Amino acid sequence: MCLAIPAQVREILPDGMARVGLDGVVKEISTALVGDLAVGDYVIVHVGFALSKIDAVEAERTLALLAEAAGAPAEAMA
Amino acid sequence: MKHVDEYRDGKLARAIAATIAAEADPTRDYAFMEFCGGHTHAISRYGLEDLLPANVRMIHGPGCPVCVLPIGRVDEAIELAKNPDVTLATYADLMRVPGSRGASLIKAKAAGADIRMVYSTLDAIRIAEERPDRQVVFFAIGFETTTPPSAMAVKLAEARGLTNFSIFCNHVLTPSAIRAILEAPKTGGLPPVRIQGFLGPSHVSAIIGTKPYDTFVAEFAQRIVVSGFEPLDVMQSILMLLRQVNEGRTAVENQYIRAVTPEGNRAAQALVDEVFELRDSFEWRGLGAIPHSALRLRERYATFDAERRFAMTPIVASDNPACECGTILIGAKQPADCRLFGTVCTPETPMGSCMVSSEGACAAHWTYGRFRDRARASAGRAAS
Ligand code: SF4
Repeated sequence: MCLAIPAQVREILPDGMARVGLDGVVKEISTALVGDLAVGDYVIVHVGFALSKIDAVEAERTLALLAEAAGAPAEAMA
Repeated sequence: MKHVDEYRDGKLARAIAATIAAEADPTRDYAFMEFCGGHTHAISRYGLEDLLPANVRMIHGPGCPVCVLPIGRVDEAIELAKNPDVTLATYADLMRVPGSRGASLIKAKAAGADIRMVYSTLDAIRIAEERPDRQVVFFAIGFETTTPPSAMAVKLAEARGLTNFSIFCNHVLTPSAIRAILEAPKTGGLPPVRIQGFLGPSHVSAIIGTKPYDTFVAEFAQRIVVSGFEPLDVMQSILMLLRQVNEGRTAVENQYIRAVTPEGNRAAQALVDEVFELRDSFEWRGLGAIPHSALRLRERYATFDAERRFAMTPIVASDNPACECGTILIGAKQPADCRLFGTVCTPETPMGSCMVSSEGACAAHWTYGRFRDRARASAGRAAS
């Protein structure tokens, strides 16, 4: 039940709330735990709360590392 | 969906598996524990064990909050819900969890108890506001991910002057459980289990950061790689653990760097610290009593504590003595080693914690693993 999913912020609402898009569903969540957000940001959502912001730069870096991990044996063989 | 689909690419997963196979030392056995039930679920669902070489074994840990909640606490919640003044608000996961003698919240609800499923603690607050004539109790469970939302509810209830809201607190702490597993051979007379590294939780770590794991490197020479939840995250994290073993390193590393920082979410930590304090000891289903492993409300928030408000009396109940969850959770045994597995004990009629939720080791093995066992057995027969 610690499953939490990335969602994109669609609209900032008053009282520390935001409207996010979650796999095609729009939900209102609390942003009280993560502070300031902007429309377009991605957050990890769990039981109606944003737990953390997804760092787009680190996400890109992770994808690059994944590709590297996948490619390593081919390089070793070459 | 962005930030999800990129991490589910099957081709990449097989390519990373090939790297793992190429780098795994055939003269070695590798045993890593994924602490978190979410990882157990991902590993089972995507068949990641099938992609790993035979000498890389994953041990399914106790990080499934529904699984480790003791039966006695479920019984207590059911008793509370029978109070005619009480409306019990709960996450859906808890509805089917069996208490003693086959009782459950869903059965109590069918029998007339006022039990509502909520998605968020904010829904529980809303119910309390709409129904001042009812005593609304939120059945709070979970690891560090679900604790800040519970703390937030308590603060809101206070700010809005709600006198009919309280929480039945069962929040537990990940680092205490990891410590209990590492100390189990020493303290419980259990067989020593060679865990060479942990896949650290994703979203628990988003809250607590990676720093709380440092002590496991210093004290136990362990390895921890905090990992994302998607299959490629898990595969990469396994590779990182394997490289640490091969290079003779012990360290905390962070694969889930897109959502986890060393410090974690400070605001959430401060909120939790303001509302909750450590319990001296708490019972974990399958692992027994673990010191300083759970939270309760601070004295200052005592009026929001259901245990105090309703003078709840502790109920002690135990699992079937044949249940092997305790040894499975520390990796000493596997689900198939339990003689109740798949006969008396199935997800419909769970006898122990590991069968309770799809994130538990026995339930995951029941749903996905036994077919693999069968396939392996027949492949073995064909080969011999
Ligand atoms: S199969 Fe059931 S009884 Fe056996 S260890 Fe697993 S949960 Fe316990």
